[in-house]
Amino acid sequence: MSLLRVDGLSKKFGGLNAVEDLSFDIQPGAVYSIIGPNGAGKTTLLNLLSGVYQPSAGHISFGEHDLTGRPPHEYASHGIARTFQNLQVFFNMSALENVMVGRYLHERSGLVSALMRSRRLARAEDACREEAAELMRYVGLHDYLSAAADAMPYGALKRLEIARALATEPKLMLLDEPAAGLNPTEALELDDLIGRLTGRGVTVVLVEHNMRLVMGVSDHILVLDYGRKLAEGPAAAVRNDPKVIEAYLGSAVAHDGSFESGIASAVAVAVEMRR
Amino acid sequence: MLARLASPRTGGMLALAAVIALLPLVLSNKYFYDIAVLVGLNAIVCIGLNLLIGYAGQISLGHAGFFGLGAYGSAILASRYGWPPLAAMLATTFAVAALAFVVGRPILRLKGHYLAMATLGLGVIIFMVITTEDKFTGGPDGIAVVPFRIGGFVVQGERIWYWVVGALLLVAVWLALNLIESPAGRALRALHSSEIGAEVVGINAANHKVMVFVISAVFASVAGSLAAHYSGFVTPGKVTFLHSIELVTMVVFGGMASTFGAVVGAAVLTTLPQLLAVFEDYEMMVFGAVMMGTMIFLPRGVVPSLARLLQTRRQRASADGEEEGA
Repeated sequence: MSLLRVDGLSKKFGGLNAVEDLSFDIQPGAVYSIIGPNGAGKTTLLNLLSGVYQPSAGHISFGEHDLTGRPPHEYASHGIARTFQNLQVFFNMSALENVMVGRYLHERSGLVSALMRSRRLARAEDACREEAAELMRYVGLHDYLSAAADAMPYGALKRLEIARALATEPKLMLLDEPAAGLNPTEALELDDLIGRLTGRGVTVVLVEHNMRLVMGVSDHILVLDYGRKLAEGPAAAVRNDPKVIEAYLGSAVAHDGSFESGIASAVAVAVEMRR
Repeated sequence: MLARLASPRTGGMLALAAVIALLPLVLSNKYFYDIAVLVGLNAIVCIGLNLLIGYAGQISLGHAGFFGLGAYGSAILASRYGWPPLAAMLATTFAVAALAFVVGRPILRLKGHYLAMATLGLGVIIFMVITTEDKFTGGPDGIAVVPFRIGGFVVQGERIWYWVVGALLLVAVWLALNLIESPAGRALRALHSSEIGAEVVGINAANHKVMVFVISAVFASVAGSLAAHYSGFVTPGKVTFLHSIELVTMVVFGGMASTFGAVVGAAVLTTLPQLLAVFEDYEMMVFGAVMMGTMIFLPRGVVPSLARLLQTRRQRASADGEEEGA
């Protein structure tokens, strides 16, 4: 049975169809990548899959639950966690506390026991701190265990978001451009981290422009263009799909330069794919 | 052990308890006790308000309204209907909590300036109701309030009130510190920084905002009830928009997201006008200058700014020490 099922999903912003009539299934245990040129609707799709946006039409079901139209915290409580392309780190806290916030679903207590600081809560807090530190080490943030979030470099913050998402003990993790802004060494370390996530039994949905990373870790790839599904299938098949190559390489030619901003990224991506 | 003493929970609580215990040594007459009690009551309101403003990042310009409802609720139930003061206070607190819960949900959907406007409106409505429903409230003239009594024991006189309010202040600080260091408190700080980031780890942001709004209203209401019994009289003067602003100013002055900052802010802004009385006609000008100077030189508020200053100085000192050692 599929873990996540998307059926006829659409999202309109005014007259723009950011995502249009999209259907696909995600199987448990796989790395599922979503690629496409800028503006293809990848981040919109991720926002729909985490409840941040409400779909204009269509359904999202996770396991046996229909989550269509539910708020983001319910997506989280069913086991969908995510990171953000534009970081949503809690900069008013320490790094460790950021990850501890991620334990919320498993640590929350009644208001009275919080106000009175019951013994049980105090013990749970110690355990929570320990688990959060463990997760920080897991994603490679050993050096930032006592750092304030606003004193950390960009690459470390991206890992911090992954640690925070992992702290929710997700079944499905949505990663929004985890390699963007990272240097090549940091990006290489991501391959390993994503591999370890699936080893933990977490299914990963990856939105990414870095084709080396995508082709390296993906089991399955969905290609979006103008909010629609252009191609979908096992990584090897998508890689050699003429339609995909055309979308990335041919579109600039076909539109005869009207696709200005697309040219630069298409060329960059083409170079990545040739490697 | 030393590290524990330096923590806000243990160290700060002990320091505050020591101040409360030793202060009577310098309080030479009733007038000083009176000011100390006012400081304590304002501090209790500010601790609650700081949970809302400083930690959860939600503004309220209407908290004098909750303070007033607490004061008038207690006054009316205890004086007009002869309820035992403790029962009157508990019933009032419960009613204010219920009101905050009902009003909080729609209001807290608003953000920033719009939330400020809505809470301001709430405060103004409460003020209008209190001044116009003179059958119950005595209108602008106010009403007399019976002394607070539990069983046969009557709480009366500045000295006894001092110890009662001091003890309650410690309880309020303890509750606030506990909340902040709990999962719910972290959720509040998280949604202050990024509501969407908090939501995607499973935090229901709307519920948490309502929760902290209700808690802050309860703190204000309890302080209002106590103030009514303490002064023996309530007038709409403490329910005004101006008093709401004063309360927010205390929180900001002392330092947002700092429970002890709220206490310091309440203490300074309650006593300063009394101390500045020596400047006579220029009192308010000096007061304004002190406020401006503090916010320019200690922009995070008194307590957080000084804490940071101390920390950097200590770090610099330890760095110097290492250099010398090497």
